[in-house]
Amino acid sequence: MSDRTLEAEEQPVFYQTGEEGPAHAGGGTLLGFWIYLMSDALIFASLFATFGVLSSSFAGGPTPRDFVDLNLVALNTAILLVSALTCGLAMIAMHQGRLAALRSWLIVTALLGAAFVAIEMHEFGNMIAEGATPQRSGYLSAFFTLVGTHGLHVTLGVVWIAVMLVQLGQRGLHHDNRRRLLCLSMFWHFLDVIWIGVFTFVYLLGVL
Amino acid sequence: MKPDNGGAADHAHDDFLDAGHFTVGGYLAGFAGAAVLTAIPFWIVMTGAIANATVASVVVAVLAVAQILVHTFAFLHVNARAQGGWTLVAYVFTAVLLAITIGGSLWIMYHLNLNMMPGMGLEPADYGM
Amino acid sequence: MTESITKAIFGRLSWESFPVHEPILLWTFIVVLLLGAGIVGAVSYFRLWGWLWREWLTSVDHKKIGIMYMILGIVMLLRGFADALMMRLQQAMAFGASEGYLNAHHYDQIFTAHGTIMIFFVAIPLIVGIVNYVMPLQIGARDVAFPFLNSLSLWLTVAGALLVMISLFVGEFSRAGWLNYVPVANLANSPDTGPDYYLWALQIAGIGTTLSAINMVTTILKMRAPGMTLMKMPIFTWTALCSNVLAIAIFPALTGAFAMLMLDRYVGTNFFTNDFGGNPMMYWNLVWLWGHPEVYVLILPVFGIYSEVTSTFCGKRLFGYSSMVYASVVITILSYLVWLHHFFTMGAGASVNSFFGIATMVISIPTGAKIFNWLFTMYRGQIRYELPMMWVVAFMLTFVVGGMTGVLLAVPPADFVLHNSLFLVAHFHNVIIGGVVFGLFAGMYYWFPKAFGFRLDPFWGKISFWGWVAGYWVAWTPIYIVGLMGTTRRVRQFDDPSLQIWFIIAGIGALIILVGILAFVIQIAVSIKNRKQLRDTTGDPWDGRTLEWSTPSPPPFYNFAFTPVVHDQDAWYDMKQRGARQPEGGYRPIHMPRNTGAGIILSGLAFILGFAMIWYMWWLAAAAAIAIFAVAIGHTFNYNRDYFVPSEEVARIEAAAARP
Repeated sequence: MSDRTLEAEEQPVFYQTGEEGPAHAGGGTLLGFWIYLMSDALIFASLFATFGVLSSSFAGGPTPRDFVDLNLVALNTAILLVSALTCGLAMIAMHQGRLAALRSWLIVTALLGAAFVAIEMHEFGNMIAEGATPQRSGYLSAFFTLVGTHGLHVTLGVVWIAVMLVQLGQRGLHHDNRRRLLCLSMFWHFLDVIWIGVFTFVYLLGVL
Repeated sequence: MKPDNGGAADHAHDDFLDAGHFTVGGYLAGFAGAAVLTAIPFWIVMTGAIANATVASVVVAVLAVAQILVHTFAFLHVNARAQGGWTLVAYVFTAVLLAITIGGSLWIMYHLNLNMMPGMGLEPADYGM
Repeated sequence: MTESITKAIFGRLSWESFPVHEPILLWTFIVVLLLGAGIVGAVSYFRLWGWLWREWLTSVDHKKIGIMYMILGIVMLLRGFADALMMRLQQAMAFGASEGYLNAHHYDQIFTAHGTIMIFFVAIPLIVGIVNYVMPLQIGARDVAFPFLNSLSLWLTVAGALLVMISLFVGEFSRAGWLNYVPVANLANSPDTGPDYYLWALQIAGIGTTLSAINMVTTILKMRAPGMTLMKMPIFTWTALCSNVLAIAIFPALTGAFAMLMLDRYVGTNFFTNDFGGNPMMYWNLVWLWGHPEVYVLILPVFGIYSEVTSTFCGKRLFGYSSMVYASVVITILSYLVWLHHFFTMGAGASVNSFFGIATMVISIPTGAKIFNWLFTMYRGQIRYELPMMWVVAFMLTFVVGGMTGVLLAVPPADFVLHNSLFLVAHFHNVIIGGVVFGLFAGMYYWFPKAFGFRLDPFWGKISFWGWVAGYWVAWTPIYIVGLMGTTRRVRQFDDPSLQIWFIIAGIGALIILVGILAFVIQIAVSIKNRKQLRDTTGDPWDGRTLEWSTPSPPPFYNFAFTPVVHDQDAWYDMKQRGARQPEGGYRPIHMPRNTGAGIILSGLAFILGFAMIWYMWWLAAAAAIAIFAVAIGHTFNYNRDYFVPSEEVARIEAAAARP
């Protein structure tokens, strides 16, 4: 409904002749990236669904009780959770304009992420050496793909942190860098949310 | 043309308006909550504290959902104000689709497997049900 | 020794990969080569490479990207329709002793390619192209939210299309149907390049489509003109929003399913194999989770086109705008709850089948509501039967039949008889041609003058219209009939001679559609030739109601010199009623994005990666993957992505433009 009562006094404005508002290129990045993360969550949904469907398709091969080492999983979970905290501290440093603190916390986050991936590679290596390969059964195919896709995302996150560190070194707290770091932190926390699903439904429920 | 910082400040204010209220305390509280919600299910499974496997599974799953919510609010700062409410709408919509995708697939595949010929390893007994 | 070196370099590519023994393919290849050489020669002769690169290939302008999508869609329509003609000819001939002219190996690739191309490389690009062109103008924006991503999405789609096209001449395409079904597409059953071409083409194009959908949704949510609340948006923008939200929701499922099949084929995993714990039915579950909502992704924007055309050519506000919006949202949500109706017969049992059968029937209700709204808009309107309105009427009469056969198929016991029969094939061609294709023609005719500054020739347009409409009915009614009699789909030869007459009639129908398609191509050529007589001098040739008609035809590259302020639905109609005048001075510098080559370069590398992976040329695949990473990361080091158009240039362009 148009506000016709106002129009009795004045001709309504049909064209914006003053300063343009924020509704132009650049203003939508945070929402757009969030929507991308939601689509990424749905890729994981298809992987979780497949894992659920194949969760007992052992084909006479190794079951989770044969290869899951909960101590290692607990360690990895702790590493990722701490990295979520350090990522948050990095964001606070960014908002306060403290470039050096930001870079330090980012480095810590990246190292924790790299450690996570390294431990996971070690776990995969052990499994493969014992014959629990992705080809052995539908269950193991789903296991390696779901856990591996998460690990791949973490690896890309670490690469992204490295690139940001270079760009922070070049341009400091440039507006574009700040926006990208906000996207990066959304990405990093999102990965920890996915990991909650992984350690719960793949590892913990796997051995119950 | 180099984007000037004057405009950048305005843009920063507009874009990151939602993001200016993070505190160290908030993150530490979230971290503590998540840590507790992680330790409990690991303890339940590693010590066998709950005898009934089904009950244990449900408890562990509920704790996982709780921790996801902690991450959502404490780390991802999802609330009804972010991006004019669209962050929350997108999040809830995705959660619904996730439930349909996973729940629907499990329901459908369970029934499809039920009607397959016996001996293919697809019977409920093979799932441990 | 040399053999292992050749294998290392060329993978499984060899001289046998080129189909020199198949005359049809050989001659097609020669014609394509000549055509391609002709185009390349002409561009070189007129020294247009620089212009092409600067103005089109590196453009991030949503209008140009929209036009390029449309060109892709129309070119691929010709290829997909050629496949259709070949199938019709084969099925009209091959009865009793006659085997026809296509063996099964070839025929199976044709029907697979036909479906794949029509959905992924005709329907999707044409819809994305129209949304790209029209939606930003309708909401008063200067471009989409992420212009570079828009360019990348276009070129990724082109890369996928190129992979499908090249499979015609190098290797083979899939024979597993347009969704590349397992177990046919499993490595054990199809060790050839077919499913790999399919998977790589669609994964690459699928990334483009997903990114585009994110782009469109963000644009609509964040970049509307001041005063344009959601319930004041044009109805086409609403349907574009619903369609793109749905696309974001579903493409990840397809990406996941295809990725798992790729792992099965490349790494030997057991997701969808028949042994070692694999479950092929899960593939069907995932692809149809995508596949059903996909058809609503296609039809929703077209419903939006029908709404805009009906209200414009009846001179009336759309009847029941709010109910149209709610119907679109309900359709969006419900479409995610019906996917099992594509595999009622796979054996999920009565409880599952009845849930999905009922849900499928329910989804026809909001669609019916829309039809009534269009009819009530026409009632007591001053109807002008220009071509777009003719397409609307043809749609209403044709699509409704297809909707009804859909409700019939939704009943599981009926579907047990009709699943994978030609009745099903007739149903979906009914709704896709009568719905999506007719709507796209309405939209193209309606918005062509806005994009190019002159109208399309109405005479050839009418011939094209009658060719399509008459051709559709003659081609597909017989198929409904033989389907009801029990004929199965994807079959190239029949024993029962009493069926032949129906297939002959269907073949004639296809030829009538061919007349329609040729007339469409002629229409474009004639319109270009006669563009002075057909010129749109006002920017508003149809007395439109939405903001795109407030700009000159074609619009300047920045769309609006002054961002419009919106007070009501049908914003341009409102402005015309109240005598709004654009200020004649006081122009401000306009913030615009720069062109970039990163989109087309990344997509070219993606094409190389796909081709290399298909042919097991691992070194080339690795090099392409590394290059993609390097270019993508390198692009992020470019901070110089925008510029300001000086106000003097804006003033000059505005003075020269023809305005309403």
